[in-house]
Amino acid sequence: MIRYLPLGGFVILLALLYFGLGNDPRNIPSPLVGKPVPVFSLPELYDPAKKVGSETMKGKVWMLSVWASWCVSCRAEHAVVSQFVKDTQLDVMGLNYKDESPDAKAWLSQFGNPYSLVAVDADGLVGIDSGVYGVPESYLVDKKGIIRHKFTGPINQKIVDDTLKPLVQTLRGETAS
Amino acid sequence: MRLLHTFMLLILLALSSAAQAGIEVRDFDNPEQREVYDKLMYELRCLVCQNENLAASNADLAKDLRDEVYEMLTQKKLSEAEIKKFLVDRYGDFVLYKPPVKKSTALLWAGPFILLLLGFVILFFVLRHNRRQPKVKLDNNKHDEIKKLLESEDK
Repeated sequence: MIRYLPLGGFVILLALLYFGLGNDPRNIPSPLVGKPVPVFSLPELYDPAKKVGSETMKGKVWMLSVWASWCVSCRAEHAVVSQFVKDTQLDVMGLNYKDESPDAKAWLSQFGNPYSLVAVDADGLVGIDSGVYGVPESYLVDKKGIIRHKFTGPINQKIVDDTLKPLVQTLRGETAS
Repeated sequence: MRLLHTFMLLILLALSSAAQAGIEVRDFDNPEQREVYDKLMYELRCLVCQNENLAASNADLAKDLRDEVYEMLTQKKLSEAEIKKFLVDRYGDFVLYKPPVKKSTALLWAGPFILLLLGFVILFFVLRHNRRQPKVKLDNNKHDEIKKLLESEDK
């Protein structure tokens, strides 16, 4: 019996390594889920005199979507996010992360603008405060201003159907107080 | 030949600037502050290039985080523990190269010792198993027979 021990150990190791392959190293569980969305106040992209922030969206279910015109994966998720916004009529605030405003505007006019507001985070400080480390990132916030879900990386249709849409439904059913 | 020399010099210059880009020139109020800053740079992980610390990484985010840590240290006068807490609150334990000992990391910390113990247990059983094997007793006839066999091999 004992002679099969090394073989057994090897098989267990193999299984562990195999499951490890399926893990996405970018998918780090965010400690911000379940915490209030960071307080910020930033100039709006199309109206820099106006300040927008977490207060602006108070009381409703909304999504904070971190993007930049230099970010290739943002382009990849853009169509999916736009359709998702259209289907659910969700309020989405774009956080234009470390970008040049003319570039950002050109990008939005080329691909369409699904965001109800775009906050400009030129130096990325709000990004750091929100734990952003890889654009695009999306935070789903409930009526009380608590982050209920965070997704890092480009959103795809499967995530919209399996996670985001049901969660938006649930959050909308909750009361604000 | 001259052209080649110029070219090589250019490459060397490019490499040297890339190597320096990671650490900015910083002024500190006192040597202790510098020590804490340097320590944090080596203990904090860059989340973009996940196998580098903040000191080594050239990623944009790493530079921003270095600036942020510097500011927290010199302007806001936060302590080492407070800065770590600030980053862990936002990025999770992953931002620390040395994970804290707690429930979710218990297996990580205890794992090597468990494996070591397991090794000793296996060793114990293997040794006991071997000792139980019956020793073959040889009488004189067998001895002679073996000797004969061995000698016949030599020929």
